[in-house]
Amino acid sequence: MSVIPAAVSLFFHRTASPPHFYALANRFIPWLTGIFFLLLLAGLYGGLVLAPTDYQQGDSYRIIYIHVPAAWMSLFIYVLMAVMAAIALVWRIKLAEIMLISSAPIGAGFTFVALVTGSLWGKPMWGTWWVWDARLTFELILLFQYLGVMSLYTAIEEKRMAARAVAILALVGVVNVPIIHYSVEWWSTLHQGPTVTKMDKPSIHISMLIPLLLMALSFKFYYLLAALQNAKLELVKREASSQWVRNLLENQA
Amino acid sequence: MSLSKAFFAIIQRDLLLAFRRRAEMANPLLFFVLVVTMFPLAVGAQPHLLQAMAPGVIWVSALLAALLSLDSLFRTDFEDGSLEQMLLSPHFLSILVLGKILAHWLVTGLPLIVAAPLLAMFLGLPESAMGTLWLTLILATPLLSLIGAIGVALTVGLRRGGMILSLLVLPLYVPVLIFASSAVSRAAEGLPVSAQLNILLSMLLAALVLVPLPTAAALKMSVN
Amino acid sequence: MNLETFFAMGGYAFYVWTAYGVTFLVLLINILLPMLQHKQLLRQLALKQKRASR
Repeated sequence: MSVIPAAVSLFFHRTASPPHFYALANRFIPWLTGIFFLLLLAGLYGGLVLAPTDYQQGDSYRIIYIHVPAAWMSLFIYVLMAVMAAIALVWRIKLAEIMLISSAPIGAGFTFVALVTGSLWGKPMWGTWWVWDARLTFELILLFQYLGVMSLYTAIEEKRMAARAVAILALVGVVNVPIIHYSVEWWSTLHQGPTVTKMDKPSIHISMLIPLLLMALSFKFYYLLAALQNAKLELVKREASSQWVRNLLENQA
Repeated sequence: MSLSKAFFAIIQRDLLLAFRRRAEMANPLLFFVLVVTMFPLAVGAQPHLLQAMAPGVIWVSALLAALLSLDSLFRTDFEDGSLEQMLLSPHFLSILVLGKILAHWLVTGLPLIVAAPLLAMFLGLPESAMGTLWLTLILATPLLSLIGAIGVALTVGLRRGGMILSLLVLPLYVPVLIFASSAVSRAAEGLPVSAQLNILLSMLLAALVLVPLPTAAALKMSVN
Repeated sequence: MNLETFFAMGGYAFYVWTAYGVTFLVLLINILLPMLQHKQLLRQLALKQKRASR
């Protein structure tokens, strides 16, 4: 493809090669960790210390600074997985397969966090640990979809085949995401009790918005760093018998 | 052999094979009725409670019956090698898969529709909801076979694929469940249900178009 | 804002701090677990390689 300059395509080709990617991951992880911590501390300080107490919800609203970014990440990662799945299926790039499966536990973790923090926010606000409101219900089904991907990958022994299966599942699942979102929201408005959740798009004050965005950004860096960590592991597992891994082991000794 | 001939041939073959084991055809149906029966036994027989729960109970049980019957979609063919033969055929695998799914629905989904009046009686579902119950079953049971087919195709090679199949397929079933049972409840209350039925219909049409391709891809991967 | 009021979180201390605690636990596990498994794997493979080369 003459449209892409040679240097760029060379970069992509080299990155897609396992030993190069492994080295690249090792170089990036410390930087990503540093940036993550900086953003995290800034966000936490802004959210827990600087931001004012909410007029209606008191200090319990501060859960928003982890609940909302976690929920955003749970969705973002799933969509990213679908993109990687498409790349893996169409171009059969090993790295796309690996990043796909490396992202799943992180997405599942964020989804779990969104559910638990949502529940802890809900108890003082609505009086119960669980409410079948549209968002929690949606997150629950999303969690099952993540767990499905992880179980399927573990269940299939031959890992290249497992990656293909999981790619198909992720693509089918991503089609389900807007459908679930729509159907659950519609279902929830039918059965909604008299309470209107304050979580619904309040006009958020800038002093609350900035820490929220900082936390969201920090979670993105966390995702990259955790995904690369998983990817390194998966790479070594899959390529255990290859030359570059053997060199790696010798260099370690 | 032309594609349409192959399509009908596959349906004919599957129906014939199922008919040879026609005793087994009753199983999903019996399961459906049994599960619905469990609910009054579990929650007590108050008519008002049962009536309120009826649409949900019937639909969850239909879902479970469909899930249980999915295994027969590809398993026997996988085990005796005919699935591999199908993959080698010159015809589009997606079309053959669609034929198999259609045959599967005729054998496992259609009978569930037969059970509807019996279950309506067990749970005290009002007359006004019967028509809607029929309609939702006719629209949604093929949908269940279609969506389930993807899950089966992904897990047919696994030894204990049954549990994983449920984990994969149930999240995909949720919208069907929501709209089907909601249609029946609203009909029981005398409310209009055209919106829900239209949504089910559009999901069915979308599934008819979108399901065969990933299912075929998954089969190709599973068999190798 | 002194340390006491900060930890009290307006009476919601349990909810807020449990939420933050669970979050950090999950984030920590998702990093530590792969790191540990990675080290273990490298050790195992190195042992295998040594035995094979003998």
